[in-house]
Parts: sequence; structure tokens; C-alpha cells
Amino acid sequence: MSKNYINVLLKPFRENKVVSSLLKLFESGSNNASGGVVGVKNEIPAGRAGSAQYSTGVRKVTLIPGHGIGPEITVAVQKIFEAAKVPIEWDEVDVTAVRGPDGKFGIPQRAIDSVNANKIGLKGPLMTPVGKGYRSLNLALRKEFDLYANVRPCKSLDGIKTLYDNVDVVTIRENTEGEYSGIEHEIVDGVVQSIKLITEEASKRVAEFAFTFARDNKRKKVTAVHKANIMRMSDGLFLRCCRELATQFPDIKFEERYLDTVCLNMVQDPSKFDVLVMPNLYGDIMSDMCSGLVGGLGLTPSGNIGKNGALFESVHGTAPAIAGQDKANPTALLLSGVMMLRYMKLEDIADRIETACFTVLKEGRVLTEDLGGKSSCTEYTNEIIKHLY
Amino acid sequence: MSLITRNLCRALVQGSQHVSKGLHTSAVNSEKNVCFAPLSISSLQTSKEGRIKCTLIPGDGVGPELVYSVQEVFKATSIPVDFESFFFSEVNPTLSAPLEDVVSSIARNKICIKGILATPDFSHTGELQTLNMKLRNALDLYANVVHVKSLPNVKCRHTDVDCIIIREQTEGEYSALEHESVPGVVECLKIITAAKSERIAKFAFDYAVKMRRKKVTAVHKANIMKLGDGLFLRSCEEMAKLYPRIQFEKMIVDNCTMQMVSNPNQFDVMVTPNLYGNIVDNLASGLVGGAGVVAGASYSADCAVFEQGARHIFSGAVGKNIANPTAMLLCSANLLSHVNLHSYADMIKNAINKVLKDGKVRTKDLGGQSTTKDFTNAIIHCLA
Repeated sequence: MSKNYINVLLKPFRENKVVSSLLKLFESGSNNASGGVVGVKNEIPAGRAGSAQYSTGVRKVTLIPGHGIGPEITVAVQKIFEAAKVPIEWDEVDVTAVRGPDGKFGIPQRAIDSVNANKIGLKGPLMTPVGKGYRSLNLALRKEFDLYANVRPCKSLDGIKTLYDNVDVVTIRENTEGEYSGIEHEIVDGVVQSIKLITEEASKRVAEFAFTFARDNKRKKVTAVHKANIMRMSDGLFLRCCRELATQFPDIKFEERYLDTVCLNMVQDPSKFDVLVMPNLYGDIMSDMCSGLVGGLGLTPSGNIGKNGALFESVHGTAPAIAGQDKANPTALLLSGVMMLRYMKLEDIADRIETACFTVLKEGRVLTEDLGGKSSCTEYTNEIIKHLY
Repeated sequence: MSLITRNLCRALVQGSQHVSKGLHTSAVNSEKNVCFAPLSISSLQTSKEGRIKCTLIPGDGVGPELVYSVQEVFKATSIPVDFESFFFSEVNPTLSAPLEDVVSSIARNKICIKGILATPDFSHTGELQTLNMKLRNALDLYANVVHVKSLPNVKCRHTDVDCIIIREQTEGEYSALEHESVPGVVECLKIITAAKSERIAKFAFDYAVKMRRKKVTAVHKANIMKLGDGLFLRSCEEMAKLYPRIQFEKMIVDNCTMQMVSNPNQFDVMVTPNLYGNIVDNLASGLVGGAGVVAGASYSADCAVFEQGARHIFSGAVGKNIANPTAMLLCSANLLSHVNLHSYADMIKNAINKVLKDGKVRTKDLGGQSTTKDFTNAIIHCLA
């Protein structure tokens, strides 16, 4: 099945510029992989790891449909990708928690193997069952694949009415430590101590990613968001790492801002900001806030970049209330998919799909209910397919 | 150069304050028979003709300019308040009054009006605690209250915002307990205690009752910090049971910021741990016009310190005469109602509303070209 699929897919692509550009990429892949980035470590930066692996032009991508509305929106994305003739093959896995040999619930081994093999994945919303013994599946995935940077571009979309119309920021969040280290204890009754952990390694890693991202995406400025006036050592360390990396990227403007100042300025004039890089908690808060500026989590894509691969996901909930009714809005997952294509250096197809999606949103004739339309998920999907040029 | 001008400005402002202070003290001395020696809030209520003493901290950045504006307004209305002024600053340690003096003054006067203190990333002594934290801890100013309300004719994206943010500000992330375990690995402790969580929760519900509010929202991140924020959340839940008439809801902080920018009208009273409060305060202030128009106050069991709601020193505007004194004037009005000088408080508030509504005199942050001085004069002109 998979071989057929490759052949069928490749046929029309032989003449297409996509393949030639892919081949070019592959040829220069080895140079590309090590050059360009002045890293703290000598490993291949994750951003380049993907492109080095093209051999047939068709890549396997792990697909995690997720729960609730997850399967519906995944199908929508698959349909659109198929219509756009995206040269990837889906490897669908289920991550519903299973009881492992240690008695704890966790991700099934097959899912882990799949992501480890493919190095790249697309994921729908996951539901973590409430109760003891369950670890958050999102957290488990993040840990398992060491996804250290969370990237969320928030851009105002034409046709989506919000109070803000000039938002174009990317939040990059350190994903593995900080306030979410999970180290907490109750020293005596009624006194809890939570530890925020900041390490030089993780801070440099995310700072480097931020600057590389800014350069690759032709962004002008990176803002480090911190609270070093209050947490002088921990946020101070983070800030120092950012400063250090900034010297290695002289073409990117660097500035430092206090978290509270960023909050204040962001709601007054979001155009002041470009790329934001910050520790875990601040990133969590800012990324959701920025989504709020452009219309909510249903419209903002998200990607997690790690050493061992990358996982792109929609960050909205599972919306169990409308699951299975063909009402869900697949935009966030679709745009995450577009982000994934860009990560895989399939820029052309990514642009095509993105343009189609934006056009449909702009025209505003076929919209799902959450955007004030009356259409179903299927109609919306078909409309996007119609707009693919 | 700018440093010199700034210091010069500061010295001048201080000088003028000393003069006025001298004058006021003599006035107090002459009235000592009428007035009461140790001022307390309860005695304030009975002797209205007595002059009230208030500690004044000009602060850093544009603080001195804004405080001067308040003093001008007070002078013009001959409000019976005398200021006991202290230059208090972390970035200017040589000029700063000692912490003990400031603390004892506030503890004695029970009220204080304060500009914003700059907090540098590194202190000259290598200490982790900021001067702000020290002051708050010394006086146990545990509750910070910021009333964010849309002002008339201040153009913003959002309208009719009206929420009260109550923030615990003596523990949490601002504990200043940090250490470098090994080079490159730093631990920062966030402390949450049941006692302080309960205290702030009780304060929030009491405040909601007093202000006739309907709903209290607890902002937390207990899904991640299960013990720390969990304790805070539990304390709020427990407290909510004692106030059955006040609706209680909880919201995760990231969702809260998202809701705040898309639909701020759903919020009423919010109660938060330290850092989230800082975030929400600033966010909400941004919604209604920025740091220049939002007043706040910090309370301990018996003192009240009135300061701006969003704490920014606006260092770029120092000496330029462009800062917006609205927030500081609102603070002073709140201070006056706190000591039961309601008529004066209303006078100032009405004047502010009138000037804003007319819209002829606007400072730069509100899209105008007027100076701080123009604005202050306009307010004085409208006092009736």
C-alpha cells in the first residue's frame, strides 16, 4: 500500500518543481544540517534535522487524531492534504493511555516508536482522564520526545473580527523546566514550596532556537520576556543566556522586556512585538493571551520542537459537547499542519494550503459555527479544497 | 547629561517638598491642641477639622512629577493633609531614606501615597529582595487592590471594563529565595502558605461584600502546580463557602488572560497569588488606557499605601513633563475617601472625570499633546 501510494503520488510530481526543490534540498542537506547555526552544542539543530532525511520525497508522518473532535478535524486535514497532493504518508497511532508494565497509565509503546522513527508528528487535542495515576498525555509526549520549544505564531486573520487587527507575533516558550518542573512539597502543614528550575542548558537551547527561528522566518526582532527584577538569579540566568545568544545573531534585533510591561503593551499595541522568547510559565500565559488577540485557540497553530523530532498540534480542547456532530473547526490543526510542512521545507505546498484557508476565512461564506457561520466541518473542508490552486 | 538633569529635578522637587513639609509641620504644631497626637483611622473619623499626616514617597522615574501634581491639587483645594516626604529608592541608594524611617512613618501615619520604585535586575548589594518587597514585608502589606475601570472619553478597544483585582503580595514567586545548586542550574522557590492564602481569600470576599460585588474569580495554575496553587485554590474554595451570596468561580491563569483580552466584561472581583496578580493587573490596565490612568492600593491590617495600579516608572518620560497624573490623582482621591474626607475625594474625582470628558486637555498617552502641568492645572480649574 505504501509503495503504491508513493508511486502514484510521485508521478505527477516528477515534473513538478516541488520534487526538484526537494531533491535540491536533499543534495545540499548535509551541508545545510551543520552549517548556518553557531550552536552551543555540536548536534544537528532540530530545525534542520527534518530536511536531511528525504530519500524518496514522501515522508512518513505520525498522526495522532486525539479525542473528542480530534478525529473529525484530523480527517479534514487529511482530506485537504490529499487534495493538495502533499508528499507525506500518514502513520496513524492511538495514544489513549494504556497501563504500562509499571502499573501506571502512559502512552502506548507503538506511538512512541512511531514518533521516534518518523521524527515528526501531527496531533489533535488529547483528553487527560481526571483521576489518580494518569499523567497528562500532553506532558508525557513532551517529556518523551524532549520537545523543548513551543512555537505559536499569532497573526490577525482577515475575516475574523477581533478588537485587534495588527497582530503578528510568535511566542516561543521553553517547554521543559521553569515553573513546570513539577518539583513541589509541603514542608510543614500549610506551607508549600514549589521549585522553579532554570538551567543554562535549556535556556541557551531555547534562546538559540528563537534566534534561528527569527532568522529563518525573516523576522526582525527577538524580545526576551522575563522578570529578572524579581527573580534575580533564575530569570537573570535566562536573560544572560538570551543576551549571549543575541551576540551570535547580530542581524536580529534583541530587546529585553519585563513580563508585566509586555502584558501592558501587548494589549495596547501588539505591533510593537515580533518574536518573543520566554521561560515556561510566562510562555504559557503569553501564548494564550496572544491567541486571544487574534480570535482564540481555534485559529492558532502550535508546534513543539525537540531534539528528537517535532510535534505539531492544535492546542484547543477536545470539545466533547460537539464531538461527532461535524461541527468542529479544523483551522487550528490545519494551520499546525501548514507549520509542519514549512518545518519539512515544503514551503510551496504550505503556502498553497495556507492561502486557500485564509481565502475561505476572508470570504466568510462557509464558516463553522464557532466563527459565526452555519456550515459543517465537511463543507468548510471542501470549500478549502476548492480554493486550492 | 540626562542623569544630571534628573538628579537636579529630583533635588528641586525634594527641596520644595521639604519647604512645604516645614510649613505643614508648623501648622500641625499650632493645631496640636485641637488635633490628636498619634493619628489613627478611628480618631480621624471624629475630628474632621484636624489635619491629617500622610507619608509621601515620590518614587523613581516620573514619580516625583506625578506626586508634585497631587500636591498642587491638594494645595489648591486646601485639603487638610500634610505630607511627610521621604525620598526612597533602590536605584539611588545614596539618596534614599533608610527603610526603618519610612516604615515607622507609614506605621505611624497609617496612610501613604507612593510613586513607583524602580527595581533593577541586580541590586548593588547583591541582595535578592527588592526594596519594594522589603517595604511590603516590613509593613505586611499583603493585599494589593487594583480597581480597573474604563474612564470617560479615554479611547480604548474595550468599553465598560470594571473589575477589581486583588493580589496577594507577600509570598509566592516574590519570596526572593533562590540559589544556584551547581553552576548553570538555578532553583527559585515559590512559597504558598495556607495562612496567607486564607487571609487574602477572606480579604477578597470581604471586599466584594463591601463593594456590593457579585462574583469572585480565583486565578490559579493548579493543574500544573498541584500543591502550591492547589493550596491557594482550596483556601479560596473554603472561604467561598462562608459567603454563599457571592458567586465563586475559578479560572486557570492562561485562560484568564485570554478571556481578559477577548471579553473583559465577564470579570468582577478577582483574587490571585502574587505573580499572576502582577500579570492580570498590567493586562487589565492596558485594556483601559495604560499605566497612567489606573489607581491601586496596598493594604495591611492597619496601613494603606496608595500607589498606581500598574507599576511602571516610565523612565523615558522623566523630566519631559508628559506623564499622565490621572492615576496618581485617583490614588489621592482614594486616599481621601479612606480617611473619610469624602467631599474632597469626590471633588477630585469629579474634576478628573470632567477634564477627561471634555477631552481638550489630554496627555500624550491618551493621544493629546498637553503636559503634566497643563493637565494638573485643568484639574485645579475644574475643582468645585
